[in-house]
Amino acid sequence: MSFLKRSPWIVHYDGASCNGCDIEVLACLTPRYDVERFGVVNTGNPKHADILLITGYINEQSQPVVKAIYEQMPEPRVVVAVGICATSGGIFRECYNTKGGVDSTIPVDVYVPGCAARPESIIDGVVKAIAVLEEKHLAMKKARAAS
Amino acid sequence: MTRNFLAGFAYLLLAPVIGALLAGVDRRITARMQGRRGPPILQPVYDLLKLMHKESIGARRTGHFFVLGHLVFMMAAGFEFFFGGDLLIVIFAFALSSIFLVLGAYAAHSPFSHIGAERELLQMMAAEPILLLTAMGFYIANGSFRVEEISASPVPALLWLPGIFAALAFILTIKLRKSPFDLATSHHAHQEIVKGLTTEFSGLSLAIIEVTHWYETIMLLGIFYLFLAPYPAAAVLLVAVVYLLEILLDNTSARMKWQWAMKSSWTTASLLGAINLIVVYYWLGVQP
Repeated sequence: MSFLKRSPWIVHYDGASCNGCDIEVLACLTPRYDVERFGVVNTGNPKHADILLITGYINEQSQPVVKAIYEQMPEPRVVVAVGICATSGGIFRECYNTKGGVDSTIPVDVYVPGCAARPESIIDGVVKAIAVLEEKHLAMKKARAAS
Repeated sequence: MTRNFLAGFAYLLLAPVIGALLAGVDRRITARMQGRRGPPILQPVYDLLKLMHKESIGARRTGHFFVLGHLVFMMAAGFEFFFGGDLLIVIFAFALSSIFLVLGAYAAHSPFSHIGAERELLQMMAAEPILLLTAMGFYIANGSFRVEEISASPVPALLWLPGIFAALAFILTIKLRKSPFDLATSHHAHQEIVKGLTTEFSGLSLAIIEVTHWYETIMLLGIFYLFLAPYPAAAVLLVAVVYLLEILLDNTSARMKWQWAMKSSWTTASLLGAINLIVVYYWLGVQP
């Protein structure tokens, strides 16, 4: 029995965008959606987090930050790209400073589309992320048993 | 004597369980105050078990050692308290336990962790005088520092020490890491210094810090129980009311600056605590 799915802690980062998805992520914590019902906590600290929610596209300035946050997260960890900018660069795709979506910098496990992504779809994305988290945890266990 | 040991070991076994449930109820009540449904009561247990399965990353191994010291001395302090031992030893072991956490936070080269550690030291400076005044108050009222003898006294200590009780309730907010005194670290994600004191701990170390916090909460509530020890039912009610007020305060106040924390707690200590102590001292005419 894994307790990962009962207590997914989240760290969220806004790469570069209009901030719309960012606000929708925070809306998930408000009384209307209340994700803490499922044990979700917004930690603000990558070292405590299980799931990294990234909104917005990646540019030269946000790339090292995203990498640093990802590298500081303890295993098992999952990355969720929230919103169309985070999945592909969205409306900013052709901009001179755009690197692309989040997967241009770090491996992404779950893509949540939308502009802005609705809280319902963000919660759905987190639920999918929890399933991936479980898989990674089992893989980790197997690797540990093998070695 | 056997009873004392039983009480001590019961604390070691049950305090984390009761502490976890209390933390769960705390989170549920907090959620209801904010108009949310809130997590299940067992959520802190789920969190703990998850943290134990996570990778523990730390820049230095010494951090883990200090966290272990934090747990061991907290358990020692609580054991001594429920054993019925010397209140002064309880308070000193408790302070040592907090110092170990501060050392653990200093062990990592992280500015957030360092600011958290410095704030924790300031918070300890703010809280420690009142803890010592409490021990002195119990001594003057009962002629003994031993918890066993204080709790056996037929007159409740609250009668003699209302000021000290109020002052202790004031610093309970500091020790429970609740607003307006959640300077060093907070249970909520509104820290401008990431997670302060606990920023650099993850996985098992963070789990140990959580468990230690449950031990701490139960021991502190035990001190409040001591104020009405002759009437167990009333004492439990008193503890419940104090804790509920803490939750209410946590949800209705913003975080204050450390200067305010220091000033307010030392003013409370000298006004409520010291005056109470002086009055009782002359009233009872106890010779030191």
